[in-house]
Amino acid sequence: MRRITHNILQMTGNVIAVAATGVRAGELAVVASRRGESLAQVIRLERERVFLQVFAGTAGVSTGDEVRFLGRQMAVSVSDHLLGRIFDGKGAPRDHGPALQENLVPLNGPAVNPARRLKPTTMIHTGIPMIDVFNSLVESQKISIFTVAGEPYHELLARVALQARVDVILLGGMGLRYDDFLFLRDRLEAGGALGRAALFIHTAADPLVECLMAPDLALAVAEQFALAGRTVLVLLTDMTNFCDALKEMAISMEQVPSNRGYPGDLYSQLAARYEKAVAFEGAGSVTVLSVTTMPGNDVTHPVPDNTGYITEGQYYLYQGRIEPFGSLSRLKQQVNANTRDDHRALMDGMIRLYAAYQETLEKRAMGFSLSRWDEKLLNYGARFEQELMDLSVNIPLFAALDLGWKILADCFQPEEAGLRRDLMEKYWPLKAQDHAAPQPEQD
Amino acid sequence: MRTGTIVGVNGNHLTVEFAGTVAQNEVAYALLDTLRLKAEVVRVRGRCADLQVFESSAGLRVGDRVEFTGEPLAAELGPGLLGQIYDGLQNPLHALAERDGFFLQRGAYLPALDETRRWPFAPIVKPGMVVAAGDMLGTVPEGVFQHRVMVPFDLRGRWRVIEMAAAGDFRVHETVAVVRNEAGHELPLSLAFRWPVKQAIRLYRERLAPTEPLITQIRILDSLFPVARGGTYCIPGPFGAGKTLLQQLTSRFAQVDIVIIAACGERAGEVVETIRDFPRLTDPLTGRTLMERTIVVANTSSMPVAAREASVYTAVTMAEYYRQMGLHVLLLADSTSRWAQAMRERSGRLEEIPGEEAFPAYLESVIADFYERAGCVRLRDGRIGSLTIGGTISPAGGNFDEPVTRATLKAVGAFHALSRERADARCYPAVDPLESWSRYPGVIPADRLRQLRRLLTKAHEIGQMMKVVGEEGTPLTDFILYLKGEFFDAVYLQQNAFDPVDAATPAARQQCVFALLEDLLAARFALNNRDEAREFFQRLRLHVLELNRAPWESAAFAEQFRRIRDFAAGQCESAGLAAVAGPLRLALVETPLEAEIYRAPRMKPATKADLALRPPDETDHP
Repeated sequence: MRRITHNILQMTGNVIAVAATGVRAGELAVVASRRGESLAQVIRLERERVFLQVFAGTAGVSTGDEVRFLGRQMAVSVSDHLLGRIFDGKGAPRDHGPALQENLVPLNGPAVNPARRLKPTTMIHTGIPMIDVFNSLVESQKISIFTVAGEPYHELLARVALQARVDVILLGGMGLRYDDFLFLRDRLEAGGALGRAALFIHTAADPLVECLMAPDLALAVAEQFALAGRTVLVLLTDMTNFCDALKEMAISMEQVPSNRGYPGDLYSQLAARYEKAVAFEGAGSVTVLSVTTMPGNDVTHPVPDNTGYITEGQYYLYQGRIEPFGSLSRLKQQVNANTRDDHRALMDGMIRLYAAYQETLEKRAMGFSLSRWDEKLLNYGARFEQELMDLSVNIPLFAALDLGWKILADCFQPEEAGLRRDLMEKYWPLKAQDHAAPQPEQD
Repeated sequence: MRTGTIVGVNGNHLTVEFAGTVAQNEVAYALLDTLRLKAEVVRVRGRCADLQVFESSAGLRVGDRVEFTGEPLAAELGPGLLGQIYDGLQNPLHALAERDGFFLQRGAYLPALDETRRWPFAPIVKPGMVVAAGDMLGTVPEGVFQHRVMVPFDLRGRWRVIEMAAAGDFRVHETVAVVRNEAGHELPLSLAFRWPVKQAIRLYRERLAPTEPLITQIRILDSLFPVARGGTYCIPGPFGAGKTLLQQLTSRFAQVDIVIIAACGERAGEVVETIRDFPRLTDPLTGRTLMERTIVVANTSSMPVAAREASVYTAVTMAEYYRQMGLHVLLLADSTSRWAQAMRERSGRLEEIPGEEAFPAYLESVIADFYERAGCVRLRDGRIGSLTIGGTISPAGGNFDEPVTRATLKAVGAFHALSRERADARCYPAVDPLESWSRYPGVIPADRLRQLRRLLTKAHEIGQMMKVVGEEGTPLTDFILYLKGEFFDAVYLQQNAFDPVDAATPAARQQCVFALLEDLLAARFALNNRDEAREFFQRLRLHVLELNRAPWESAAFAEQFRRIRDFAAGQCESAGLAAVAGPLRLALVETPLEAEIYRAPRMKPATKADLALRPPDETDHP
């Protein structure tokens, strides 16, 4: 079906209203103005009036310009030809390659039936101890890096992408600085991963509407690849820009804002994207790792707040380190029981001691006198931060666990570490046992 | 068939012009090519009705047709509900998956009850008897329960049974009885009937006060902040504080007949855990799988928002139906904030005047109505059934001063506040022992709890004070009290959900361990300095944690129990633990002076002589 109208009745923000009949909700159209052609999407029908969101904005559009309805919904071409390619937020090539038209798949497809989802069981190894040991990343997980502007979150994102053993990497960039786009592209290329990646990049200079579509493109493609049996990792950065685009759009459409100007459906909008993370029964999986920059480093800001309620945890990247407090992988319990028998207990024990170290730091800052125990904690905390937390550390899981035991044994007597007796006997390094204190009295 | 024509589409809201009559909240279908999209009338203005579609409206056009059904949104009630996974509109998800594959296709609906399965029906009433709504016609076995086949709840007046089937196998919609009323209307009755979800079922003789504890086997709840059968409670908490894990543990270990889980707008992954695990886990009470006593209503966050609001009503309706059989039912709604947000989205599309944070003004009354559907009731045949409702709340920013939390707190009988501080410190369950409250009786008598609360409050105050004055500025007696508070928290209030034994603590075990801990908290230990005290409590903690891992009523438990008493007695100032373990208030020394008195070898009230003996530096006037 192809219909053309030249009667634009109204223009506010990015939205135009035209007189037309037989138009479907959500249908695409092309608005041709002197600035060129732009896609537009039907967002509202009101008797003979059709409201469209113009992707490139309404600047320069005249009331007599042509609006051509395409009779189809927004879709993306899915095939292996995507791999190694870079597209913009509406799916058009950004890399001078050919546009793809085959096998079009609609965006925002139906939700996955919970009865056909699988419980995730496969750990994704990243070589970063703060992830592997303390907050394991799991296939089909949706998890966000909570951070603030200026932190090396794109380095972290690229490192996880390069070290994770996945079949396909999809990158959705929203409101990226152009340098950040180049950085991510170059890192993937240098790591030899570009050949199994497809990038959907909206930069800060591109039309706002395309910012909302970049994640949808990446996720729609991811879903198709996963259905074909592949393990897919989707990287989304920066979701805060996505939310701000939603806010801008909602306000310009005169929706009642709910919290700091964000629309009341922010949660549902985020959920519709993040919930695309899935492990299909008898097919592949989609894992979503996103970046959420927290305005003012405030986790209660609506964007990180709503994100946290949807994602299965977050990595809190602050001052160049993944902080154990504030970070959480909700799915780690699904995998860390089957890695090595000491994994969980060591993780809990080390974190407990690190928390005690933080308290000691506070005490020291207040100028209180420090006990013998405090001195031990200070020693432990420094080594923990240097040998495990530092982002440059790159060791496999078992090596990281062994290192954990070594740090404990160097800093504490066995009973001070407070771990289970059977594990102590198995893993406590011998060197320290030679001069171990007597065991707690039994009777 | 009454029909209408679409004149407007805005998101999932349709404006429909109609000719005849339209009822508020009636169900209608929008016809999109070959699809029929379910919708509900939410407002009528003049010749136009506003409809909320329970699906995406993409593809609909102005001029498309809408069919009105005349029926309000209703749930199908009958045998076969148990063990099912439904979406918010009561479509069985397993059956949909079998037919449609991985995705929930638009316009795909299936009947809630398996229409082919035959149930062995045993009649109870005989022809000639007079029945009314809610009366039992007979029974069919459903899992471990005798499912009561009842007269549909919406029948008015008295009806005489004129035909009654003999015992035999019937499908849910086959006629098992025919009844006639005084006006001469005849009505065939089957094993199942429908009931509008937004209307409470009130076919009982009286509502009773909720006084019997509902054992969840979670220590901090049963001992400190109990829930009663027929009561209501809420769990607000920031993300990551463990709301959903707490709900999952409750759904697993709570000692009730039936658990209904309404996963409302939360992560799909959490429902998947329940769906995948419950068929493999055994319910220790019945020996059958947990799934056989469970119904899941899953309208997860990426499923249509409009159906999210319906999902909690679908769940509570099924819960009331089983209560009507004299069963104890627990409904867990996770999360009521998502339900409130769905209301907010709808209200926004209707362009209603917004209340606080853009929630509709009727938010409070809707929440109160929902929780009031809970209750312990005496049915007309004298049996007692209960429906307990527990809802989680996801307050924005973890701040409880927001509309949904405030409205819920007015409507519930217990408040389990989860705190981010406790979650960050890995203290799970992260229920805040100082902020939470409950108005129901639990497994520990109230007077003993009061003493414990005093100790916890005092220990917390000392902890706060220590942050300012440091350990060296804290008297040893206070420091010990602080350690006692920390100790009790670590070994009793915290519970390891991933340990097979510690995950669930039966009521009797709670009473036993609680009494032991009371003795330990009341005991006066000979500890000469802070390092010694810290070390002692560190060891004591490890001992009790080991006790928590020992199976209840096992030899290992008894052995460890004895070892703890011996270990503690070894450090006691007097002969044995029992000798010094008096009432808990002994541990609650108010002042250093009081401490001196209690620490004195003789237990007598302070005299002037005692006061005179104080060293000069402790007196107020040197």
